[in-house]
Amino acid sequence: MKILKASNMKRCIGCYSCSLACARTVHKSLSWKRSGIRIHSSGGISTGYEATVCLACDPPPCAPVCPTEALIPRKGGGILLKEKLCIHCGECAVACPVDAIYFDPDNNIPIFCIHCGRCVPLCPHDCLEMAEPSEETSNEQ
Amino acid sequence: MNNKFRVLVVDLSSKKSKVEFYDTRKKWLGGSGLAAGLFEKYANFDNDPFHPDQPIIFAIGPLTGMFPLMSKTIMSFMSPYNGQYAESHGGGRSALALRFAGYDALVITGRAEKLTCLGFGAREINIQDVHYLKGMDIFKTGKILRNLKPKNPGHRSILRIGQAGENLISYACVNVDTFRHFGRMGGGAAMGAKNLKGIIISGDSTYDLNKDTIKEYNKVYKDIYKIITESDAVRKYHDLGTPENLIPLNELKALPWRNLQSTHDPDIGSISGEKFAEELLLRQVACAGCPVGCIHIGLLRERFGEDHEYLYRQVSYDYEPIFGVGSMLGVTSSSGVLTLLEDVEKLGLDAISAGVALAWATEALEKKVITAEQTMADLKFGDVQSYRTALKNLAEQSNEFYRFLGRGALVAAETYGGEDFACVLGQEMAGYATGENYFVSQALGFRHSHLDTGAYSFDQEEQAKDIEKSIKYMQDQEYYRILMCSMAGCLFGRKAYPKENILRALNSLGYDYSQQDLDDSVKDIQAHRWAIKFRTGFKPEEVKIPKRFLEVETWKGKTDSDYLFKLKKEYQKILRDIAEKHKFADEEEKSEPER
Repeated sequence: MKILKASNMKRCIGCYSCSLACARTVHKSLSWKRSGIRIHSSGGISTGYEATVCLACDPPPCAPVCPTEALIPRKGGGILLKEKLCIHCGECAVACPVDAIYFDPDNNIPIFCIHCGRCVPLCPHDCLEMAEPSEETSNEQ
Repeated sequence: MNNKFRVLVVDLSSKKSKVEFYDTRKKWLGGSGLAAGLFEKYANFDNDPFHPDQPIIFAIGPLTGMFPLMSKTIMSFMSPYNGQYAESHGGGRSALALRFAGYDALVITGRAEKLTCLGFGAREINIQDVHYLKGMDIFKTGKILRNLKPKNPGHRSILRIGQAGENLISYACVNVDTFRHFGRMGGGAAMGAKNLKGIIISGDSTYDLNKDTIKEYNKVYKDIYKIITESDAVRKYHDLGTPENLIPLNELKALPWRNLQSTHDPDIGSISGEKFAEELLLRQVACAGCPVGCIHIGLLRERFGEDHEYLYRQVSYDYEPIFGVGSMLGVTSSSGVLTLLEDVEKLGLDAISAGVALAWATEALEKKVITAEQTMADLKFGDVQSYRTALKNLAEQSNEFYRFLGRGALVAAETYGGEDFACVLGQEMAGYATGENYFVSQALGFRHSHLDTGAYSFDQEEQAKDIEKSIKYMQDQEYYRILMCSMAGCLFGRKAYPKENILRALNSLGYDYSQQDLDDSVKDIQAHRWAIKFRTGFKPEEVKIPKRFLEVETWKGKTDSDYLFKLKKEYQKILRDIAEKHKFADEEEKSEPER
C-alpha cells in the first residue's frame, strides 16, 4: 500500500496548501494545525521548510501504547483511529518519535496522516508523493 | 447567516485588552471596509498621528484562509507621512495567523511605557518588555522575537520595526516575516510612536466547517484553485515575478532612471528580472494560503576575508524595490541593488520612498542645492557605497538634513529648494513613468499607490487622453480593488476573482450577500474611506505635481500638461463628491460594539 511521503521539501514555498487541504477535506475544518501534515520553518523562513507527517512506521510505536486499542496498525504502515474507542488520553501523541500526531485540544483526539493522498495534487511544487514504503522520488539526494 | 466581526482591542497604556463584536458584516464586509469602520470608531480625527490614542488596525476579510490568495492583511492608521488616514497592505503569514488567532481584526491603542512586543494567540495575550531591542535591526529583532511568547513555530507571524520606525521616519515600514512588508505611508513610525517594536500573532485555533455548505465550498475552492494553478493567470508572478516588468517598461520609455531624468537606459539588462533570476535567484517562497509563491529571494554572497571566506545573505526583491534603489539611483549591478535592499530591509525603511528620496538628494547635491556636508556622503548616481552611508544616516537621523529628508523628499525640497525635481506624487513615486493618467492617479489616489487604480495600464491604451474614459477606468478599478481588499485578497489574484467568483465564494461559506448587496457595500466603503481621508486633512487641490513629471518623455512623447491638469481638476471634484456621500457617526448612529 502506498504512503504519503514529503520527498521534496527543499522545493517547498511555505504556502500551506497541503495542511489547509487536509484540514478542509479530511477534517472538515479551517486550520493549519488540525491536519495530518503540518509545515513549519526551522528557525525562520530563511532556513526553509519542514513537513511533520506520519512516516507510516510498521509496526507503529504509537498503537501499542493506546490503552483501549483505539489506534490500530494500518496495513502497509501507519495507523487508523476508531474514534468511538478513544478515551482522549493523548498517550499516542507522546509515543510518536517524530511528533507526527497532533493532539487536537478542541476535540481531544489525535490528528495524524491517514495516507489518503488528498493533499498531493494541491501542492504547487510537487513536494509530496504517494509511493510504496520502499520507494522515493527525491530530488534531495 | 452573517456572523459578527470579532475584534481584539489592546491598549498599550493600561496593558488591558478586550474582545468586541460588531454586527456589521453587510456594511463593512471585512479588510479595507472593516478597517475604515474601526478607524472611525477609535481614531480622533483632529489629533496628530503620533498621539497615543490613535489606533493602529490590522484587519482580514471573510475569505481569509478559506480560499487561495486570500492572504493579505489590511493595516490602517493615521499616516505619519501626511497626517491623513492611510492603508498599507501586507502578506506573509499575517493574515492566516490572525484568522487562526480567532480575530477578524486587531486594534492597538495607547502607548507602551517601554519598548514592547505584543504577542497573542487564541488563548493568550502577552505584553512583553523588550527594551533591550532598542535600535536593533529587523533581522536580529526577528530572531530574538522568535523566542518570545506565544511559541508556535511555523504557525505564527512576526511583525517588527527597525531603527527607522523607532526614529519615527515618515516612511518607515513594518516588516512581516522577514520578506514581506506593510511598506508605505509610515506604518513603522506609527508603531514606533507606540513604543511597539513587534507583534507576534499565533494562529493556534481551528474552525469547524459548516456541514450544510461544505460540499458547495469544496466545489468553489476547487474551481478557483484550478484557475490559479492550471491557467497562466498568475504564473508570471512565480516565474520571474514582478521584476519581469523592468525590460518592458524600460523599452516603453516608462522606467524612471536617475531621479526621473530619463525613462530609458541601455544598461537595463544588468538589473532586469531575467538577470536576477539567472544569477541571483535562490528560491521562491509564498504567503501562507497562496500557492503562487511570488516572493523572490536573491542570494547575496559576500567575501569577508583575504582567504576564500564568504558569508551569504538572503534578500527578497521585487519590481518596485529594484526601481527604488536600482534604476532610480542609477545602480546598474544586480548585486549592488541587493546590497542596498539588504540595508533598507535591516533598517526598516520603505524601499520605494527611501530610494526616491535619495535620488532627489543626489540631484540636489549635483545641482548644489545642498552640500556634501549635509548629505555626509558624496552621493553619486550608481555609487552603492555612498548610498549605504546615506541610508544609515537617514535611519539614524544623523543631522538636520536627514531629519527633513526623513519626512519625505518634498519636505526636504521645500526646505532647501529643488522642488521641481522631487519625484513625489502624494508620496514618493512608484516605478511607473507611464504618463498623465498614472501621475494624477498616484497624486490623488487613496493610498497614493500604483495599486489604487492601476492607471499605468490605462496610460498604455489608445484612449489614454479621454478624461471621461480615464475617470471611468480609475473608478471601476477602485471599485473592484476595494471589493478585493475587503475580502482581503492579493491583487495578483484578480483574474481568479472576478466579482462573480467573490460572490460565489462568499455564498459557498453561507454568507448572505447578493450582488446588489456587495455593490452597495463597496460604494459605502469607498465613500467612507474618502470621507475619512478628507476629514483628516486631504486637500487634493493642494497636492503638487512637480515640474519633473511634466518634462518626462515616454514612448508617447512629452507629458501633455494641459490634459494632466484638466484630469486632475476633474478627478479631485469627483473624489470630493464621493466623500460627501458618507455621513459620519456623530451625524448618524454609531456602530457600538456588543459585548
